[in-house]
Amino acid sequence: MIYQGKQKIWADYQKEIPDNHWFYVRSCIRQNFFPGAEKMFLEICRGLLKKDIFETEHHTTCGGIAYHCDTIPQETVMTIVARQFALMTEAGYENYVASCITSFGNYIEILETWKEFPELETRIREMLWKACKREFNKPKYVAHASDLIYKYRNEIAARAKFRLVNRFTGEPLKVVEHIGCHYAKMFPARGVGGAEYPYVLCGMIESWGGNVIDYPERRHCCGYGFRQYHVKANRGYSLSNTYKKFESMEPYHPDFILTNCPGCPYFMDRWQYVIAETEGKTYGENGYGIPVLTYEELASLVLGYNPWDIGLQLHQVAVEPLLDKIGIEYDPKEKYKGLNEKDLMRPELPGVLRCC
Amino acid sequence: MKENIVIIGGGIAGLEAACQLLDLGYKPIIIEKSDHLGGHVADWNCLFPDMTPAGDIVSALISKAADANIFLNTEISFVNKLQDSYNIMLSNGISIITRIMLVTTGFSVFDASKKEEYGYGVYDQVITNKDLEHWFNTGDDRRVNDSAMNAIGFVHCVGSRDEKARNSQCSKVCCITAVKQAIEMKQKFPEAMVYCFYMDLRMFGKKYEDFYISAQRDYGIRFIRGRVSEVSENIDGRVIVKAEDTLSGKPVKVTLDLLVLMAGMVCSQDSTKVANMIKLPLDSDGFLKSADNVADIIDSPKEGIFYAGACTGPKTVPETLAEARAAALKIHLYIMKK
Repeated sequence: MIYQGKQKIWADYQKEIPDNHWFYVRSCIRQNFFPGAEKMFLEICRGLLKKDIFETEHHTTCGGIAYHCDTIPQETVMTIVARQFALMTEAGYENYVASCITSFGNYIEILETWKEFPELETRIREMLWKACKREFNKPKYVAHASDLIYKYRNEIAARAKFRLVNRFTGEPLKVVEHIGCHYAKMFPARGVGGAEYPYVLCGMIESWGGNVIDYPERRHCCGYGFRQYHVKANRGYSLSNTYKKFESMEPYHPDFILTNCPGCPYFMDRWQYVIAETEGKTYGENGYGIPVLTYEELASLVLGYNPWDIGLQLHQVAVEPLLDKIGIEYDPKEKYKGLNEKDLMRPELPGVLRCC
Repeated sequence: MKENIVIIGGGIAGLEAACQLLDLGYKPIIIEKSDHLGGHVADWNCLFPDMTPAGDIVSALISKAADANIFLNTEISFVNKLQDSYNIMLSNGISIITRIMLVTTGFSVFDASKKEEYGYGVYDQVITNKDLEHWFNTGDDRRVNDSAMNAIGFVHCVGSRDEKARNSQCSKVCCITAVKQAIEMKQKFPEAMVYCFYMDLRMFGKKYEDFYISAQRDYGIRFIRGRVSEVSENIDGRVIVKAEDTLSGKPVKVTLDLLVLMAGMVCSQDSTKVANMIKLPLDSDGFLKSADNVADIIDSPKEGIFYAGACTGPKTVPETLAEARAAALKIHLYIMKK
């Protein structure tokens, strides 16, 4: 591996990310999978870094899931997106940040399509007006939320209470970074670092003290792949993709996996349980799995937030061994207590995959 | 004969044209920006299809062209158009008045790092066709580990016939060069598996098809019809190549000790620079535009400016030499008519 070769590519794929004033749209599914992630994005950006991040309860899905499942036509998706842009315009913003990778890819694809086919944009504007009497300006900048955390990575590092260093060995933690397919594979210039060697998560890992692992199936899909999972008959294919990735990263003994997509952390986390049950195989140390984190969760951990306040108890793979390595203190008794001490109840422990 | 003929570029086209012009009684001037003559061929080891040593070809040309006025390490600073001629100012401070220029600026090798998915410049065991020839010549390249060479791959059409690389033309020589280099590697490492990943095999030249058949029959080289999709590195530092075998309709994944990218030909920056100075047009393929691509390939649209070799498009060595001879004759006839 020639690190300077990657640096050269990273230098070629840097994008402008304004420092402040963003219109934020959430993902359809992330709050169900990793409920602390989006909350912590807002907490870090607004509360800690004092950035202006606006969100409205009136926004909807971007339509990306249905589009990538081939169940609705692109014109419908475009009209949904046009409405989102109208909400941004009405709120007085021109920078648009999406929590979801597929949404981000969807917005970029639509804006590029309108650039190539302006008559289509005109038609969508007419359709939006007919549907809900709204008008919109196209965003000046479109970013994924991980672009913003990447942008703020050094500010976060400066305030960090923990580094990504194994406190038992003093060595940097070995981190697999997994980028959502729709981040830059369609439009490489719109992603930090391009499509082949994206830097957006690498930059965070390096800035916070970890070492990035490059393994053979790094570019491979997590296994979600929309039609691989949502078409029930294809779910074995979804699982086999995830299995392929874990087999490929296994020799590198990663301490955890960092992701920036709604589906990727979910499938890489939950399918480890299924692989363990069906194959009897686990990939972490001592029978545990490899923890999978979102970039918001990781940023929150290095900043010193309580692991149970950021939703890590909802992960299938136990995060405690990772917390121990980093030196983050936690109270096991508090793990399954929700807001106002509400008992969340303990999940049944799996038969093969070791959990806490 | 007193007539300044300026040859821009001291590769094999420039040298061969100079040899012919010397035979015709002229004293041409060769301007070469590097410190040696012979261009890309001087960096090559053997030439297809007879494994002719490239050094022999270049040495013979340099020897025959020795009586020309040769400026090494010299570039053209600027060109002024006079009434019937040009004033060429060289980087060494010499000024030449001429009404005849022969452009032999050749080509550049496509920058393989632009095809990011192949990992050139990122993964240790990924090299180009040019790097391999350098290794054949010198044995000096830390990326080639000759103590552990069990599997080798060649990727055809790197930066050629590739809209994504903004290079839609075929580079013409890469197919046969890959066959040649694959055979050479098999000769050096008889136990190694050697794969060629290709789109089409364009074996148009004399004895090329025989060479290709020999590669399969006599050397057991495996030709896989399909483009490589991505290259990565495993924990041992070996490269993993994913491709599709379009004939069997199956994905292929192989682990290799060396991957050689057949980087194609693109118009050289020197050609573009000269074109800007003399206001010569570029063709849609990015190379210099001839007066006519069928009847007048060596004529530029400007009087007194001629072309030879790969500055007008990818060419083989024999084609380049033939063009250089034709250009020399054309220049001679041009002078005679005036």
